[in-house]
Amino acid sequence: MAQMTMIDAIRDAMRVELARDPSVLVFGEDVGHVGGVFRATEGLQKEFGEQRVFDTPLAESAIGGLAVGLGVQGFRPIAEIQFVGFIYEALDQMFVQAARMRYRSGGRYHSPIVFRTPFGGGVKAAELHTDSLEGLAIQTPGIKVIVPSNPYDAKGLLISAIRDNDPVFFMEHLNLYRAFRAEVPEGEYTVPIGKANIVREGKDITIIAYGLMVHTAVKAAEELEKSGVSAEVIDLRTLLPLDIDTIVASIQKTNRAIVVQEAQKTSGAAAEIIAQINEKAILHLEAPVLRVAGPDTVYPFAQIEDVWLPTPARIVKTANQVLQF
Amino acid sequence: MSKVSTEAPEVKSGVQPHVVKSEDVKPLQVLSLEGEVINPEYMPQLSDDQLKEVMYRMVFTRTWDDRAVNLGRQGRLGFYAPVSGQEATMVGSEYALTKEDFVCPGYRDMPQLVWHGLPLYQAFLYSRGHQHGGQIPEGVNVLMPQIIIGAQILHATGIGMGFKLKGEKRVAITYTGDGGSSEGDFYEGLNFAGSFKLPVIYFVQNNGYAITTPYAKQTGAQSIAHKALAAGIRGVQVDGMDVLAVISAVQEAAEIGRNGGGATLIEGLTYRFRPHSMADDATKYRTKEEEQEWNAKDPIVRFGKFLAKKGLWTEEDTARVKEEAKAAVNEHIKKAEQTEKMTVAGLIDSMFEQTPPHLEEQKADFQ
Repeated sequence: MAQMTMIDAIRDAMRVELARDPSVLVFGEDVGHVGGVFRATEGLQKEFGEQRVFDTPLAESAIGGLAVGLGVQGFRPIAEIQFVGFIYEALDQMFVQAARMRYRSGGRYHSPIVFRTPFGGGVKAAELHTDSLEGLAIQTPGIKVIVPSNPYDAKGLLISAIRDNDPVFFMEHLNLYRAFRAEVPEGEYTVPIGKANIVREGKDITIIAYGLMVHTAVKAAEELEKSGVSAEVIDLRTLLPLDIDTIVASIQKTNRAIVVQEAQKTSGAAAEIIAQINEKAILHLEAPVLRVAGPDTVYPFAQIEDVWLPTPARIVKTANQVLQF
Repeated sequence: MSKVSTEAPEVKSGVQPHVVKSEDVKPLQVLSLEGEVINPEYMPQLSDDQLKEVMYRMVFTRTWDDRAVNLGRQGRLGFYAPVSGQEATMVGSEYALTKEDFVCPGYRDMPQLVWHGLPLYQAFLYSRGHQHGGQIPEGVNVLMPQIIIGAQILHATGIGMGFKLKGEKRVAITYTGDGGSSEGDFYEGLNFAGSFKLPVIYFVQNNGYAITTPYAKQTGAQSIAHKALAAGIRGVQVDGMDVLAVISAVQEAAEIGRNGGGATLIEGLTYRFRPHSMADDATKYRTKEEEQEWNAKDPIVRFGKFLAKKGLWTEEDTARVKEEAKAAVNEHIKKAEQTEKMTVAGLIDSMFEQTPPHLEEQKADFQ
């Protein structure tokens, strides 16, 4: 097995699928010759040619619409939106045109598209490069939402997303791209969409997270351990469909939970998760489920992003509130 | 007070090589208002039977439109955008293509879909808000009518790219109106087609109004056809009340597209005789005089005169086609009305290829 960073694993997933399936295409801004601003597609154009891996003019709505049209013609587009804030320019094509194609045509057409985008804070990037917009996506019927937290999952989930016959919003935390290396198998394998992963077992409280926040949650769990609290950490991996069964099973064991997200507090993934916990596990709870999230402001300029983002200390504090309820 | 002068700056005379200029454009016409061929070199190569088929389709479409307006008033149709006046651009542009070519319509472009192969009762079901209306039969190369103005322009661009990547000699055609040509998606689509040299025809039916907003307020461009220049594709203006001119322009654009020559933007100058929709009142923004002026250019009357001179069409033919169209509308509206209603369970199952557990659960609330 090779040691890969998450960006290597993402590139490897596209390479495997480009080689396996001639209908797979990769395109977006700067993804061709240079291989993308983060080098996620480096070398792919050289290997697979300009017909399959190519730069587009700078227009996100057209990148989305091109993908929808190519999907109708039997291709499997992987469309890169260069930074998460730029999806606002492509929302109609992603969240309306691609997401509704199957419904509007009664199943005659579909949109087997992966919209890849880097997102997430902590790297002092420019404005609108770092927002967490998964909440918009999970409220949109017809599109799946995946947020990997490590190289192994990133490759397996991306291969699953490319093979999926419905559109997938694939969100790559840019602070994880080169954060660490991990073992990643060569060749093809899949990680199923809609299946969470328990990354740390515990019995006193469940911490639910995704993306970079999985790592922040694990750090918090290690802190809690020092005071004798055994915390279970769930990596959701997929936000839609949500693996509520794994969450419920964990709460049945721990009877307490918190949800951690980088996004603003109101109406996001955490709110939805807590609503579903209420529907399915309320009688197992000893305390309300609390959220650790960003405040309901715009994502801040770089100067204060490190205090805006959830920290292990804030997670520990919130966990203690729940434990002492 | 501002110190900026409000007087117009002095315009330098003579040649200014650094200033972009473009020539005016004159719409392509084949027929005069009296139905005489005034531009024989652009006369499309059509047999007598083909000419009669074009007339058949235009008269059929006008009758269907008349009946649809009534069905709308009776509550037997839902949202309906009338088409009378635009038969030359709609019927002619579709007729100029092959069934292998792909149509990406706007919301008013139901005639192109039906003449390309969508059964009429499905067009009625679409209007009635039934999902089967968009369930395009296998082998019929169209998308469903698009509501977001201009979104379909990008789909046609992607479909055209698909044809090019597969090496197929097909073109995609997409339709919008004068209002649609102001959308960002319009410019993005044209620009992509220019950059990738794609086999796409962008057909703008300029009927003078975007619902109520007149063309004069829509753009400061020399014409909509001129917008092709910035994208590096061909731009063509055509008399959209002259079906032979429309066929000629679309055939040429398709030929160029199929042979690797890239995309064409066609602006068809036309008019909708009726309001924008059944909820619109055109008297609030159009004058009687203007309507009469355009009524005198009626594409069916004009083409009918041409055919009559050739001895190919009579009043009796028109009467016969009208009866056929009425009978077809009656039959298809009945079929639409008899189609089993949609269900919420069916709706839920059309969101994804495999319905995920949370949606399976939600089905139970509706059983």
